[in-house]
Amino acid sequence: MSAVLDHHGDHAHDDHHHAPTGWRRWVYATNHKDIGTLYLLFAFTMLMIGGVLALLIRAELFQPGLQVVNPELFNQFTTMHGLIMVFGAIMPAFVGFANWMIPLQIGAADMAFARMNNFSFWLMIPAGLMLAGSFFMPGGAPAAGWTLYAPLTLQMGPSMDAGIFAMHILGASSIMGSINIIVTILNMRAPGMTLMKMPMFAWTWLITAYLLIAVMPVLAGAITMTLTDRHFGTSFFNPAGGGDPVMYQHIFWFFGHPEVYIMILPAFGIISQVVPAFARKKLFGYASMVYATSSIAILSFIVWAHHMFTTGMPVTGQLFFMYATMLIAVPTAVKIFNWIATMWRGSMTFETPMLFAVGFIFVFTMGGFTGLIPAIAPIDTQLQDTYYIVAHFHYVLVAGSLFAMFSGFYYWVPKWTGVMYNETRGKIHFWWSLISFNITFFPMHFLGLAGMPRRYADYPMQFADFNAIASVGGFFFGFAQVYFFLFIVVPAMRGKGEKAPQKPWEGAEGLEWEVPSPAPFHTFENPPKLDATATRVIG
Amino acid sequence: MNGLFEAREVNTMKNIPNKLASMLCHAGVWAGAWVATAAHAVNDLPGGPAVNQLNLPEPATKIAAEQNSLHWMMLILCTVIFVAVFSVMFYSVWKHRKSKGHKAANFHESVTVEIVWTVIPFIIVILMALPATKLVVAQKDTTNADLTIKVTGYQWKWGYDYLKGEGEGIGFISTLDNAQRVMSAEGKPAGDNYLLKVDNPLVVPVGKKIRIITTANDVIHAFAVPQFGIKQDAIPGFVRDTWFRAEKTGDFYGQCQELCGKEHAYMPIHVKVVSAEDYSKWVDGEKKKLAAKADDPAKVWTQADLVARGEKVYAANCAACHQATGKGAGPIKALDGAAVVLDADKAKQIAVLLNGQNNGAMPGWKQLSDTEIAAVITYTKNNWSNKTGQIVQPADVKTARN
Repeated sequence: MSAVLDHHGDHAHDDHHHAPTGWRRWVYATNHKDIGTLYLLFAFTMLMIGGVLALLIRAELFQPGLQVVNPELFNQFTTMHGLIMVFGAIMPAFVGFANWMIPLQIGAADMAFARMNNFSFWLMIPAGLMLAGSFFMPGGAPAAGWTLYAPLTLQMGPSMDAGIFAMHILGASSIMGSINIIVTILNMRAPGMTLMKMPMFAWTWLITAYLLIAVMPVLAGAITMTLTDRHFGTSFFNPAGGGDPVMYQHIFWFFGHPEVYIMILPAFGIISQVVPAFARKKLFGYASMVYATSSIAILSFIVWAHHMFTTGMPVTGQLFFMYATMLIAVPTAVKIFNWIATMWRGSMTFETPMLFAVGFIFVFTMGGFTGLIPAIAPIDTQLQDTYYIVAHFHYVLVAGSLFAMFSGFYYWVPKWTGVMYNETRGKIHFWWSLISFNITFFPMHFLGLAGMPRRYADYPMQFADFNAIASVGGFFFGFAQVYFFLFIVVPAMRGKGEKAPQKPWEGAEGLEWEVPSPAPFHTFENPPKLDATATRVIG
Repeated sequence: MNGLFEAREVNTMKNIPNKLASMLCHAGVWAGAWVATAAHAVNDLPGGPAVNQLNLPEPATKIAAEQNSLHWMMLILCTVIFVAVFSVMFYSVWKHRKSKGHKAANFHESVTVEIVWTVIPFIIVILMALPATKLVVAQKDTTNADLTIKVTGYQWKWGYDYLKGEGEGIGFISTLDNAQRVMSAEGKPAGDNYLLKVDNPLVVPVGKKIRIITTANDVIHAFAVPQFGIKQDAIPGFVRDTWFRAEKTGDFYGQCQELCGKEHAYMPIHVKVVSAEDYSKWVDGEKKKLAAKADDPAKVWTQADLVARGEKVYAANCAACHQATGKGAGPIKALDGAAVVLDADKAKQIAVLLNGQNNGAMPGWKQLSDTEIAAVITYTKNNWSNKTGQIVQPADVKTARN
């Protein structure tokens, strides 16, 4: 996954740059493509660590009774699986995509703040080590759930402080990344690339970056208060000193709900680029897609307490958050309709990026509907904190965010590496992932409706069969991703495969296809002259 | 208790590779013929989960019945919309392929269409919200209760106190039946009420409006009984309420639904709904038992009596963490040989039991009676290798409380 250094393409003036080589190229990296690659590799590593934790959870839950771990370790697994996947895998992976693609898409030479870009990546390494290393601290890893609810966090050992510190660092890194993306998009677009001509991926990231800047400090506040409650005698959330544990939940979810959209909006962006490319037809309703994305972002700030229906809110509170939550279904539906209208009467082919995109639309919509159902507060009385919720958010985060990233990977990897992936292998990866994903998570809806609580190390025997099915599916899904790494990612990184043309996809549009494959180390050093649609370079 | 915790300690990370290997073997067998799970013979539990249950449980209250029909309505609406939308998509996927020679059309925007498909979902969600609103209001109406019960979440048990109505003054703790915990630790579960069996179920009369007030002693728990359609977080330092009116007699089960620490999965809820006469009989019995059990706080006990009583208190409240051996486990401190237990100043240990320490990692045990605290302290001071000979009398605890 590297932009080759010796490839000058038509940028003859490349050679007066002395690009560092060896380890210095990566440690001192200021090139957006190299930093993008680093982010993607880091995220994939964390995905594998989080995945191993998930499989340990599924191994324990394969049968009723404790067979693999004790309940204390089990709680550490669920907590760290959540934290690592959210903060270590999904968020950095999207930042990796942003680093690679946004400058290419808007015709900029690099990100606005190249050194800060380096810093925001390298901050992630100590944070990731601290998160993953917390298992080896006295008392084990944090076990209070990824939501870190007080006052349970006040009972945790020293690893809780390591976890809080890691989240602070990751938050700082995300904020720096967001500032970089916003400034790049607002200041560095090539002449003629007006905002409303920008590719959807850049649009969704612009909105996501604003969300990140708005809510990461809120999370930092919540966990800092937890920290001072733990060590400095404050009682923000500690009921023993008159603190309010429910206030923690309000603050956490004021961060947490926009966070959900931070993890899905860039996915919407990728899908909005892949579907038109393989339907050979322009995106239907570009403007309404931009407005729908913005409305989702704005609404995401006023729905947080639907995570808290069972804390005992007053009637008016429950009604407000129920209505506001249901409202989000409207712009989300608009996006789905637009994608389908884009496909309608197109001239479609189904290479792996398109398969993952169609798979995304289908399975993500299921996750959308299973979100609408617990949005109804009285139904949530039954479903809150059960496996139904676990099923719901894995449908939107795995089949949503992760599948969209796979789609984006297959779509752009020829540009990154200069070689095509093997189409048969890509298709195997897609079908294997799609089927095993559904075997894993579909039965969880039944478990949740039947009342099986989440974060349980052991469960009544009546739940045994569906748990066994979910565990088997989980292992198959895990192996599918190992296959993806060994048989698709590794050959691509080694440059094995058919040489990729500059524009490998017949229907693809955008400036990233105006530079050679692999993308040279430096691109668009002089602002390109664009045609009226801002999708082609002229002269 | 002994065997249980020793078994659990063995089940730690060291053995994961072996365990995983055996799990994978199981998985292989299972994939072949559904054998692994067939080994557990299990039946539906009336009032609890059914085997491979697919939908919400059979309702035992009007609220739960309405939740069920609301869920059916949502499920049908969502399924119809889903099928409709994706028939269009898959028709397109099927027909509009390049391989079938389909040429791409050129349309890419239409304000009319955008407005139509914004307004229609908007109307649909309003239609969904209307019946839900009525039910939210009904669920929240906790007025005019016939019986008010305070439910307190502890790590990891439930405390029930009858505050108002017939049975006022009754109070007891409800804990998971210990045999269930042993089966779980040994990985040999059995029985239709596995993990749902408790020592003292909550008893309520049928057809009466029961108001449940929840609170907690340490961390957040959630009191939930699916058949009644109730789930209410129990939050330390706060009181919240919910209500139910059971339509039929029988046993109903629930589990704690908010992560509350390592034994989260082991604090079930068992509600016994009985007829009005049976309820009155139960209340009489409980009142008599209470009177008989009430300890005279001024009584001066002998060491042997206190130790005998303390052993029971210890098994019910302390052994889950400190272990029957008194050795603790992991972050849990040992009592055997502990400085605070051996200290000649009895007040130190009394203070720890009353107030807890380490930010609640050791919770306070104020809810135990003076006699119980005195007994359990005397027990720990004179058991295992601790041979202090010290006696703590209920009067000492009483003084420390004030």
